Amino acid sequence: MRISSIGRHLREGSKSLIRNGWMSFASISAVAVTLLILGSTLVLAMNAQQMSNYVSGQLEISVFLKPQVSDSEGAQTAAAVKQIHGVESVQLVTHEEGFKQLQDSLGSQYKNVLDGLPKNQTIPVKLVVKAQDPRQTVAISNKIQGMRNVDTVLDGKSYVDKFYRFMDTVRNIGLVFVVALILMAMFLISNTIKIAIFNRRREIEIMKLVGATNWFIRWPFLVEGMLIGAIGAVVPFAAIWVVYRQIFSHLNGSFIALTFPLLQPGALLGKLAVIMFGIGLLIGLWGGIMSIRKFLRV
Amino acid sequence: MIEMQDVWKQYPNGTMALSGITINIKKGEFVYVVGPSGAGKSTFIKLMYREERPTKGQIFVNGFNIERLRHRKIPLLRRHIGVVFQDFKLLPKLTAYENVAFALEVIGAPQRHIRRRVPEALAWVGLEDKADVLPTQLSGGEQQRVAVARALVNNPSVIIADEPTGNLDPDTSWGIMKLFQRINDRGTTVVMATHNRDIVNTMRKRVIAIEEGRIARDEQKGLYEYED
Repeated sequence: MRISSIGRHLREGSKSLIRNGWMSFASISAVAVTLLILGSTLVLAMNAQQMSNYVSGQLEISVFLKPQVSDSEGAQTAAAVKQIHGVESVQLVTHEEGFKQLQDSLGSQYKNVLDGLPKNQTIPVKLVVKAQDPRQTVAISNKIQGMRNVDTVLDGKSYVDKFYRFMDTVRNIGLVFVVALILMAMFLISNTIKIAIFNRRREIEIMKLVGATNWFIRWPFLVEGMLIGAIGAVVPFAAIWVVYRQIFSHLNGSFIALTFPLLQPGALLGKLAVIMFGIGLLIGLWGGIMSIRKFLRV
Repeated sequence: MIEMQDVWKQYPNGTMALSGITINIKKGEFVYVVGPSGAGKSTFIKLMYREERPTKGQIFVNGFNIERLRHRKIPLLRRHIGVVFQDFKLLPKLTAYENVAFALEVIGAPQRHIRRRVPEALAWVGLEDKADVLPTQLSGGEQQRVAVARALVNNPSVIIADEPTGNLDPDTSWGIMKLFQRINDRGTTVVMATHNRDIVNTMRKRVIAIEEGRIARDEQKGLYEYED
């Protein structure tokens, strides 16, 4: 394609878009709805990924030893646990430390409840184990479970698993919606362009007669499709941009943000812009190609 | 220039339009194609600019082997051929100037070339003062002149006209015919399908008569010889 022709294709494509009025509007809306759902799902999924990474990173395995196990025996077990492959750190919480932690957690009001109980027997020795990689947590806790003197092993696995399962479901539902909507949007676009081709049949006939190349005839319609896709991406992207920034600034610094830190808007929205406009353009282009193949056998 | 060897054309619906046409039209000739309606004139004309493909036989136009011509190359063939129709085929929303310029724009001609060639072509058909007028404001003859200017603007070596005077009154028809004569005087080959007895019998040229898909007559300075 010649450079000088690009301007003409863009002009003709936009003219046709405007001339098609309502059909263009319907197609743009379809793309917008599709990309709104796609974009929101992506924002959710990316944040969920971030959260689960963050949560997993904080996961510790709590190993409660049997009540009669002494502090020194506990230290031996701790040393043994330290040897397990993938263990980053082991912290020993002795009988007395455990007792004190319990006391502290009760607060001043109920402090007296524990008075008179023997400090060295009430709370069993506990080991706090951290894995190098959160995904190894399960394997490590299984190994610890089999060791001598170990009573109960608690890892956060079940919670993480539930969370993952929930996020998978959200993502899959989003995906099904998005695929269905993409198909609908492409169908609408290809119809819009079909009408555009019909409206211009006389021009196309003359173009063929005087020797315009096939691609010269086709480009304006592809441009029209891509314009529909791009315009259809602007509105939902702007909406997500505004809403996400609002949510982020509201939550940032609050208690929730400490537990579930959200992704920084800058980086996230940058990625999202590329994805949404990319997919919008592709949907438009493909809608155009479908019509051209069917109705513009030049 | 234009050569056909044993050309047959059968349409998908079974109609046999042409049955063994062999013809040779030299550069610079002026040829009328006559014959009853439905005898195959239009098909004969359409084969030349590759609007239809022959079922059998070979066609050469301006050095192109039509039968072997790749789909992508059809536009190149058509840039050497100017086509004029009975119904003008002008774009109603474009002015006379824009209609002629359209033919150059869509083959990617540079703007300065368009700005030079379009006024030349309009002047050549005598419409330099109607450049900014829409087709609906032009008479039939003027519209056909615009169509001729559009066919000429690219300097084709052949002009193919399918009943160019079919929609025009006799006086106007003569004006258009003088235009074709001038085109031919420049050395451009002219092939014209026509039903106009007066024109064929007055402006004597080579006449190719097609009847039932065959060449019935091929005479220099021939006559029309049909009743319609």
